Amino acid sequence: MSEKEQVNLTRRKLIGGTAAAMAGLTIAPGIILVETSQARGKDEAVTDAVRWGILINTNNCTSDCTGCVDACQNENGWGAGSTDETHSAPNQKAQWIRKVKVTDKETGYAKTLPMMCQHCENPPCVDVCPTGASFKRVDGIVLVDKHICIGCRYCMMACPYKARSFIHETLTDQRSYAPRGQGTVESCTMCVHRVDDGKDPACVEACSSSFNSAMIFGDLNDPSSEISKELQRHGGERIRADLRLNPGVRYQGIYG
Amino acid sequence: MHLIKLTALAFLLFVTGVQADVPLPQISKGDGDSCVRPTDDMRYNHMEFIKHQRVETMHRGIRTEKDSLKQCITCHAVKDDEGEFVRKTDNRHFCTSCHNYAAVTIDCFQCHTDTPRSTDIHEPLAQGH
Repeated sequence: MSEKEQVNLTRRKLIGGTAAAMAGLTIAPGIILVETSQARGKDEAVTDAVRWGILINTNNCTSDCTGCVDACQNENGWGAGSTDETHSAPNQKAQWIRKVKVTDKETGYAKTLPMMCQHCENPPCVDVCPTGASFKRVDGIVLVDKHICIGCRYCMMACPYKARSFIHETLTDQRSYAPRGQGTVESCTMCVHRVDDGKDPACVEACSSSFNSAMIFGDLNDPSSEISKELQRHGGERIRADLRLNPGVRYQGIYG
Repeated sequence: MHLIKLTALAFLLFVTGVQADVPLPQISKGDGDSCVRPTDDMRYNHMEFIKHQRVETMHRGIRTEKDSLKQCITCHAVKDDEGEFVRKTDNRHFCTSCHNYAAVTIDCFQCHTDTPRSTDIHEPLAQGH
């Protein structure tokens, strides 16, 4: 796929409404010719012009809130959003996103944060996959192609974030946009079906609309996007940055 | 000896008789006037179209409806007498009816939903966190 195959401004950038996104041509003082921008059409491939990311401000993330987890389960049909996996032990069941508490043992400073697939730039799960089922889409979203996943679970062992789950049981009534099945590995898809539709992931939408507004979704490649501006202003940590995986999911406030 | 021959003949007739009687699948008509491609083309090649589309969608984010499995399910869903969509285990299911006749296993529904049922409807999120 050539880099220039589909270079279009996304709807997100257009809605962002910034001068940078709206590449304009000044034809006379005060008159600017603005290029027509459209959302990526259904028939257009994703491009590496964007890199999707999520920024989580743990200062806003409260310990008793599971809004993001509930939204993910409901959206993608796992956990409480599913009637399946009745025979699996709790630690075997699918977990696309979970709330984790981190504590500094010296000071006692504690934070909770949502932990899910970090959508690494250099994903170890992709490195180890023997079939090519674990892959990174050009826009940075790391996925499992269950059509070719053989369920070997190498990726689960390679992932330092413990983000992936294996399905042990026959499933029924999956969401049509989130197919899942026995014998395959799965994880957070960054709600790729929603992103392709120009929407935010379910966790981000829930957190922003109903809960603590601790999450921002956006294009890390676009300096004018909300997420990039916030990262520029206040920075963001990569968990296990020492591994140099460069995750697309960043956190604020976890190191106190 | 004669009896054995007669029995064998009767058995053969029985077997061939059964084979000749396997009914052709009752294939339900989908929604709309016509399928996305001519019927003959779909009968022979539908698996290739779906397989091509799956790669396009999965890896390149192309979500056109023409060859998507989701669209097949949407148009070709069959309802039972109670108005419920029939499942893949029911011989009236569009895919199952033909695949049972041809004795070809369908793998799609191990992961994909077999009906356009309401599992996609988003329930309102719990408030109060």
